[in-house]
Amino acid sequence: MKSPLTLTPSPHVRDGINIKSVMYAVVISLVPAAAGAVYFFGMRALTIMVLACVSAVLTEAICQKATKRKITVGDGSALVTGILLSFNVPPGVPYWMPVVGSVFAIAIAKIPFGGLGYNPLNPALAARAFLLASWPVSMTAAWVAPSRGSLSGINAITTATPLAVFRDARATLLDPGSTLEHIGQANAYLGELYSGSSLRNLFLGNVGGCVGETSVLLLLVGAAYLLLRRIICWRIPLSFIGTVALMTWILGGKGAFQGYPLFHMLSGGLMLGAFFMATDMVTSPVTARGKLFFGVGCGVLTSIIRILGGYPEGVSYSILIMNITVPLIDRYTRPRKLGEVKKS
Amino acid sequence: MSVSLTREFTKGFIRENPVFRIVLGLCPVLAVTTSLKNGIGMGFAATFVLVGSNVIVSLVRKGIPARIRIPCYIVVIASFVTVVDLVMAGYTPELHKSLGIFIPLIVVNCIILGRAEAFASKNTVGRSFIDGIGMGLGFTFALAITAAVREIIGTGKIWDLVLLGTRYNPVLIAVLAPGAFITLGLLIGLFNLLERKEG
Repeated sequence: MKSPLTLTPSPHVRDGINIKSVMYAVVISLVPAAAGAVYFFGMRALTIMVLACVSAVLTEAICQKATKRKITVGDGSALVTGILLSFNVPPGVPYWMPVVGSVFAIAIAKIPFGGLGYNPLNPALAARAFLLASWPVSMTAAWVAPSRGSLSGINAITTATPLAVFRDARATLLDPGSTLEHIGQANAYLGELYSGSSLRNLFLGNVGGCVGETSVLLLLVGAAYLLLRRIICWRIPLSFIGTVALMTWILGGKGAFQGYPLFHMLSGGLMLGAFFMATDMVTSPVTARGKLFFGVGCGVLTSIIRILGGYPEGVSYSILIMNITVPLIDRYTRPRKLGEVKKS
Repeated sequence: MSVSLTREFTKGFIRENPVFRIVLGLCPVLAVTTSLKNGIGMGFAATFVLVGSNVIVSLVRKGIPARIRIPCYIVVIASFVTVVDLVMAGYTPELHKSLGIFIPLIVVNCIILGRAEAFASKNTVGRSFIDGIGMGLGFTFALAITAAVREIIGTGKIWDLVLLGTRYNPVLIAVLAPGAFITLGLLIGLFNLLERKEG
């Protein structure tokens, strides 16, 4: 007979929150951006999303069955991985690529480490890094222009994403061998990138990019939902985006403090990464101070990769690198216990 | 000393495989297994050094003072590595070039030093010889498997033979550094699984 009294040590008052409710809240928060992706990139984007999700969920079920563990695909964590992975590939990739990526995310980056809660790396980002290293051409060239705009969000260029235009223009400006004509052109491109219409395109998502990363507006709608439901807290996104703004302002221009931070905040995968992937509960620090360190670290690495590195975008690598440091951050930011005396 | 010579020979393959079971000598396993050719070349080079050093160390084991035994082993091993290095440079220059720094690095390979310390210094010359061959071939076997998996997945070819047709899109990462870690990790897992099934 079950006792009506709870005979366990405290805590006795519990929140109704569980893995399933958290994961499905994340799914809901990603719906606006997913709808935006279909609007901008057409049915191709939808197919990629469905393929990634189905293969992620199936892989998880098969792996759990094969290792004779409890089958927990219903908790939605594999679904979130699938959606996030599909958001992180260019819309023009061949259809087998999101499938292979999802299988890698679950069968290599998640299950062998012990499954949900034990994976050191964000599975979706690990899979993106895997795809990028394996098929660099498809992952960096399969861009599709949005249905009502150009790839770069400005009229002058139709063949590159905004961050790629930025990187090439900057390289031209810094190269002492550039001709005056080229320098003038690069300056013109940068001017257009920083113009109001370009920033509006970036904010709305009317530019080229990975499936789910382009629309800042729709990502912010989802992020606001997660913040209101208190599933994520402001510390990581704010410190991440704030650091990128600061660093790109200092380093992003010709001289110090001549960069244009707003462009960097709105472009690439920063919003997607900062709100939805850096905040992954499993792979981010648990302490309040640790979260700030984590966000700042992501921001510094992202800015360095964007401005000084070989890739136009560095959000995914910066989060992966910071994922590795999480145990260390948690260890050194452990809050003092009530009444604990600071050792001198 | 009841272990038979055959057992001494075969232990290196599965039961005490230096790479998959004892997890030693990982540096060359990770670095040179980008193709089967490199893997087997490295395996035979290490086997030669291992057999030679095992025999010599076993021969002089009573004469080496315990306190300076490690430097003595290293001198013996380094001599054999120099032989291998020069022979390979002379007869297989291409392989020598692609293995590069990893041939001289055999000097510090833990498997060779480990066998000298744990086996050859306590056993007769005959047993040490057999142990060297067994362990060396076990190491070669591990290198060959890792290299074959990586080469097939990463290039679709094996030993210059096209295995998967032109429609196959090679998983480039398999022949890059991360692929080495992933492949090795999965293979060690597989060997653990096999052992558990047996035992």
